[in-house]
Amino acid sequence: MSGHLLEIGGLTAFYSDFQALFGIDMYLDTGETVAMIGANGAGKSTLMRALTGIIRVGSGNVMLDGSRIDHLDAPDILLKGVATVPEGRRLFPSLTVEENLLIGAHARKGDGPWNLQSLYELFPILAERRHSPGTALSGGQQQMVAIGRALMSNPRVLLCDELSLGLAPVIIKDIYAAVPRIKAAGTSIVVVEQDIGQALKVADRVYCMAEGRITLKGRPADLSREAIHDAYFGVQA
Amino acid sequence: MITLDTIMQGILLGGLYALFAAGLSLVFGIMRLVNLAHGDLIVLSAYLILVIASAFGLHPFLAVLVAAPVMFAAGWLLQTHVLNSVLGDNLLPPLLVTFGLSVVIQNGLLEGFSANSQKLSAGSIETQSLQLGSLSLGIMPLLTLATAVLVIFALNRLFYTTALGRAFRATSDDTVTARLMGIRPNRIFAIATGLSLVVSCIAAVYLGTRANFDPSIGPARLLYAFEAVIIGGLGSLWGTLAGGIVIGLAQAIGAAVNPEWQILAGHLAFVAVLLVSPRGLFPRAND
Ligand SMILES: Nc1ncnc2c1ncn2[C@@H]1O[C@H](COP(=O)(O)OP(=O)(O)OP(=O)(O)O)[C@@H](O)[C@H]1O
Ligand SMILES: [Mg+2]
Repeated sequence: MSGHLLEIGGLTAFYSDFQALFGIDMYLDTGETVAMIGANGAGKSTLMRALTGIIRVGSGNVMLDGSRIDHLDAPDILLKGVATVPEGRRLFPSLTVEENLLIGAHARKGDGPWNLQSLYELFPILAERRHSPGTALSGGQQQMVAIGRALMSNPRVLLCDELSLGLAPVIIKDIYAAVPRIKAAGTSIVVVEQDIGQALKVADRVYCMAEGRITLKGRPADLSREAIHDAYFGVQA
Repeated sequence: MITLDTIMQGILLGGLYALFAAGLSLVFGIMRLVNLAHGDLIVLSAYLILVIASAFGLHPFLAVLVAAPVMFAAGWLLQTHVLNSVLGDNLLPPLLVTFGLSVVIQNGLLEGFSANSQKLSAGSIETQSLQLGSLSLGIMPLLTLATAVLVIFALNRLFYTTALGRAFRATSDDTVTARLMGIRPNRIFAIATGLSLVVSCIAAVYLGTRANFDPSIGPARLLYAFEAVIIGGLGSLWGTLAGGIVIGLAQAIGAAVNPEWQILAGHLAFVAVLLVSPRGLFPRAND
């Protein structure tokens, strides 16, 4: 048995007949931030959906702390400690900012560093907007709510699908400023990111995906621009 | 002649229709399910109350306290074992299944209780009334409206101030993301249907004490309930109360003009409201 916090082996996934993932191998260690880069349609979100139980895994397995979670239903995977910031944020329109945060703790069992108070310290603007409908906020603020909502379950693993999507650079900087603090509070993180520069800056290790396969992996310092470029566009090295 | 008395009778009758409609509105609001057996479930509840009341010699108001948990359990089981498996993007399967359920309930009641009409007896309270100047208001109709207001108020509190209500709203917004938050939509739906049958039980007491009932009257109650929900605006509970009152008023006024027009007037009011405001009186903002 390995010592990785999250370990994915030979994972495949399908949308009816269409195969979207072809044997993904990757891992995440405790305390790490790992970035997943890849072009549109590479399969990054499909991987996140498979890890969180939203779509069924075809074959392969997902181990969290040595026990399999790939056959579990989404709510059970959350209970095991894997929380998600979904692509497109997907706040609940009928809920206020605070209710969106509270719903993240719906199934929480134990205590942890994250609660309304610590989240309002992390993102002070949310405290001011706490009674607004979640979807009345700007894109960046909505992203903060989506991150906070996921943290409310005090997860061991946080999966973030495209934190910077559609946001202005200065806002992206604000959002990413939270990552080290989340990490320091004990959560290991996977960020899916199309912005390669941002990914290399924040991550301890990087995976690159193209056409449903991992095409490159390594530490940011060890990866050349050419290798990343080729892997990103699916050119086999 | 349309008098103040007619209008008051109409508003009070609206309370009954609002009670018919509240459960339907709740279920539709949470899972976009139109339960075609809703009226029959109300009638079934009335029979259950009748059986409990006569078996234990209980007043219907007490019998409902026994019937309500039974109907909650029935709703839970119905949703868990039947309706959850037909909910989905296709609206037709749940309609067919609940239509089938409606037929089954009607035939089951016919088998068990015959086509003879029954009545719940609430005792002397049925004939008592409150005298306000020249106006005479029956205690039972007043209680019906008060109960409707209370039920809608309670459902609203549940919806907007409790963790369960938060989960109801989140699930109704987006079931996939709700699952990512640890919510189990099938359980949420089972609780919702259970609650809607508790409300049906409450409606059934007033249905059964107000007039005779028999196994065949469910579909007409469904129609009034459905019209009340649509008039009020889908998913709005206070709108449903307003919708019930609109139908009750229209029926009372119609009946005052010509007794044969009572039912027709209610349906005409429904059409009129839809012509003026196709999404009902209080449409939900985000639909
Ligand atoms: N619901 C779906 N049904 C069928 N095919 C899908 C579905 N969702 C995604 N796909 C296909 O699966 C492949 C991977 O899509 P996915 O959304 O995982 O890519 P991605 O890497 O997240 O892209 P993006 O950067 O645009 O978010 C694409 O070819 C896409 O067309
Ligand atoms: Mg994606």
